[in-house]
Amino acid sequence: MLLTDRERLRADIEAWVGEFGADRSALLPVLQETHRKYGKVSDHAMQVVADLLGIHPVEVYGVVSFYSFIEHEVKGRFIIRLCRTLSCEMQGKDRVARQLKNDLGIDFGETTPDGRFSLEWASCLGMCDQSPALLVNEQIYTQVTPDEVHDILEDCRRMFTQAAPVKKEEH
Amino acid sequence: MVSKQLTFSTIKPNTGLAAALKKSRPDIIAELAKSGLKGRGGAGFPVNVKWNLAAAAHDPEKYVVCNADEGEPGTFKDRVILSEFADLVFEGMTIAGYAIGARKGILYLRGEYAYLRAPLLAAREKRRAEKLLGDAVQGKKELSFDIEIRMGSGAYVCGEETALIESLEGQRGEPRNRPPFPVDTGFMGHPTVVNNVETLAWVACIMAKGPEWFKAIGTEKSSGLKLFSVSGDCEKPGVYEFPMGITVAALLKEVGGEGAKAVQVGGASGQCVPASEFNRAIAFEDVSTGGSIIVIGQHRKMLDVARNFMEFFVEESCGQCTPCREGNVKLLDGVEMLREGCCSMPYLKELCALGETMQAASKCGLGQSSPNAFLSIVKHFKGEIMG
Repeated sequence: MLLTDRERLRADIEAWVGEFGADRSALLPVLQETHRKYGKVSDHAMQVVADLLGIHPVEVYGVVSFYSFIEHEVKGRFIIRLCRTLSCEMQGKDRVARQLKNDLGIDFGETTPDGRFSLEWASCLGMCDQSPALLVNEQIYTQVTPDEVHDILEDCRRMFTQAAPVKKEEH
Repeated sequence: MVSKQLTFSTIKPNTGLAAALKKSRPDIIAELAKSGLKGRGGAGFPVNVKWNLAAAAHDPEKYVVCNADEGEPGTFKDRVILSEFADLVFEGMTIAGYAIGARKGILYLRGEYAYLRAPLLAAREKRRAEKLLGDAVQGKKELSFDIEIRMGSGAYVCGEETALIESLEGQRGEPRNRPPFPVDTGFMGHPTVVNNVETLAWVACIMAKGPEWFKAIGTEKSSGLKLFSVSGDCEKPGVYEFPMGITVAALLKEVGGEGAKAVQVGGASGQCVPASEFNRAIAFEDVSTGGSIIVIGQHRKMLDVARNFMEFFVEESCGQCTPCREGNVKLLDGVEMLREGCCSMPYLKELCALGETMQAASKCGLGQSSPNAFLSIVKHFKGEIMG
């Protein structure tokens, strides 16, 4: 990581600590913001957070590793979380899961080599009356059919072409 | 999907709060006692008792926490309440703040509902602008109350009130020993009431319509109305409002789920009610629930249901205490053995004994209730699962 990147990360975390307060109860919001912006909470980020909140970095690591929505490892730009709890299972989540795996070429718990997508299971998403349901980052999709999976992924892929119009989509 | 009109939509905004602010603090708690309102999150603790303990505590700093960490499988009514009736929830929190003498409320929203955060923040800003939050709420000098919205990060156990408080304090979401209860040692060591989203919305309704109205509905021990999240093998899944004490059969008729093989009441931590017991009442004194109803059709295999729930608990156990951490893994292994037809009768008995140990020896509600589904499926469907 370039020094400037580290400085930028530190400045961001300082701003969040300023917003949420420099005590331990600010830890989760600060980690959530860090995760939202950087896609993960790196070792270095944990060290900075620990310094600013006056706690041991291992305490920060303990918290990061506890919550499934705060990632330590870098994940895809889009994290797809398919609900696997009973109501979604009864409405065919396995068929949706198969299409996600086929389309992305990865299994659950993995990230595509281009760093664009991660595939995860989720516990009940609270959409049991409109199952099966999945989250793409913070966006919820309900009553997902296997043939809609590709459309959802294409919507995500379009974001990359919009963000980088000079680069041509390779597939 | 709200399947019929809810009482919440008939309450004019802020009538509950306005009525409450005209009363003295003890009167509010006395009215809640008269209404018989019990916690709608599933545990069914009397709201007036909880508030009274917090109100009586001597501490200038107290907190009201709204538990919006709705994670019980099959439960989604809080999502609907927060989407459509957020003001009622904020009103309930404000009434709680007034009644116990708290200046700050925290709404803990589960990470899976992050898309509700922006509309909730907008609703809060509107209330601040209308002087329904902030210093001197509605011109009442002795009431300053504001609400912070905090996000969870994908941990079911944080729905347990002490784990939720741990999470708010920046810790791993591991439940604490109770007692001491949050009403005396809560957020940052201060007296804290933690109430479910639906409970707080009902508080606002009771203040608006009076405790007699609420008490007249339901059963003696379980008064009032309740929201149900209905999913699974039925024609009309969605959120329903029924009086407490409704029988499983009557509920199934309303949602188009007659002819079901079983109904899972109360989510993964609830119990599986077989067709032979559909005349039982859904109430705190009979089949208790936080509102999750999953209808299981005739074509389903009960071992698939048991496996899904055991996988859930293996994933969501916080790992802090041994009965829950190890026990759920053993029960899941047992379900797999049953599926493969290689579980002996003595071993099944051992598994059931283990389940009972988990109920008795786990530290928090998650572990204590995690074997319920397994045990009730073994009890009612032994013939099927021993195939």
